Amino acid sequence: MVLECKHVWDYISGYLDDALPHEVRESVQRHLENCEICSAILDSTRNILVLTADNRVFELPVGFSDRLHARLAREMESGSEGMSGDPELPRHPN
Amino acid sequence: MTKADIQTPMRDEAQMIAAILAGNTELYHELIRPYELAVYRMALSYMKNESDAEDVAQEAFLKAFRKLSAFRGESKFSTWLISITLNEARRRLRHQGTLRFESLDEPPGEAGHVSPAILRDWREIPSEALERNEVRELLQTAINHLSPIYRQVLLLRDVDQLNIEETATVLEISLASVKVRLHRARIMLQKELAPKLKSLNPERRWFQWS
Repeated sequence: MVLECKHVWDYISGYLDDALPHEVRESVQRHLENCEICSAILDSTRNILVLTADNRVFELPVGFSDRLHARLAREMESGSEGMSGDPELPRHPN
Repeated sequence: MTKADIQTPMRDEAQMIAAILAGNTELYHELIRPYELAVYRMALSYMKNESDAEDVAQEAFLKAFRKLSAFRGESKFSTWLISITLNEARRRLRHQGTLRFESLDEPPGEAGHVSPAILRDWREIPSEALERNEVRELLQTAINHLSPIYRQVLLLRDVDQLNIEETATVLEISLASVKVRLHRARIMLQKELAPKLKSLNPERRWFQWS
């Protein structure tokens, strides 16, 4: 199977997830070996996704954890009845 | 290996949850610490302002605590937590009358074809580049500019590292929709970001990052 560039682009996401059928993956791979444009598109997409997944992109607001845990502590103290709010449910699934 | 695995070696969450339900509620603080950012990030993707997102995140953690006995262990705790966060965000938006997108499997406009930015070469950008504000801001802006259905799939799958099935379950859409949206989201990000990242970094500046 010989693929054109625009068809290879349709497979980029599946290729990155290693979710393509074997023969499609082989064809994409063969195309990539000979096409610098598609290789650059694939490399840039993969690179951008690695950057996107980095925890430095979106950070917690200053003081978020302190406020969260303080509120949880308050509610746990005042509302332990919340824990027994579903008496019909089993204590623990496992 | 997922990021949660790296952050939290040796954690036995099932055991922690059992201990919390048995009365050691203090442990809940420790249980949720690795997920604060993921929950906040997801809340922010719906709410669009930091203060509402923080409210939603706090509410989600509280609800998860109160409902902990209903956690069945069929999904990962993190996935369950994110589902609660999405529900809380949707509840808020409905309350504010601003929920424009429900979990429609095929909203209008989803049928178009998306093409990537054409490049002749690509030089790897190391993660250290994220120490620069302008790079972080480029990424934030590009992600925020995706329409919600694409942004959520991308965040769940590529940032929170849920698998396709988990993403489909959390968003209440089909596997096929997850795959289509994910593909488009990734290509749209590449299209938006590749030229900007490239021009931001002329070759002679690269070595500063490595």
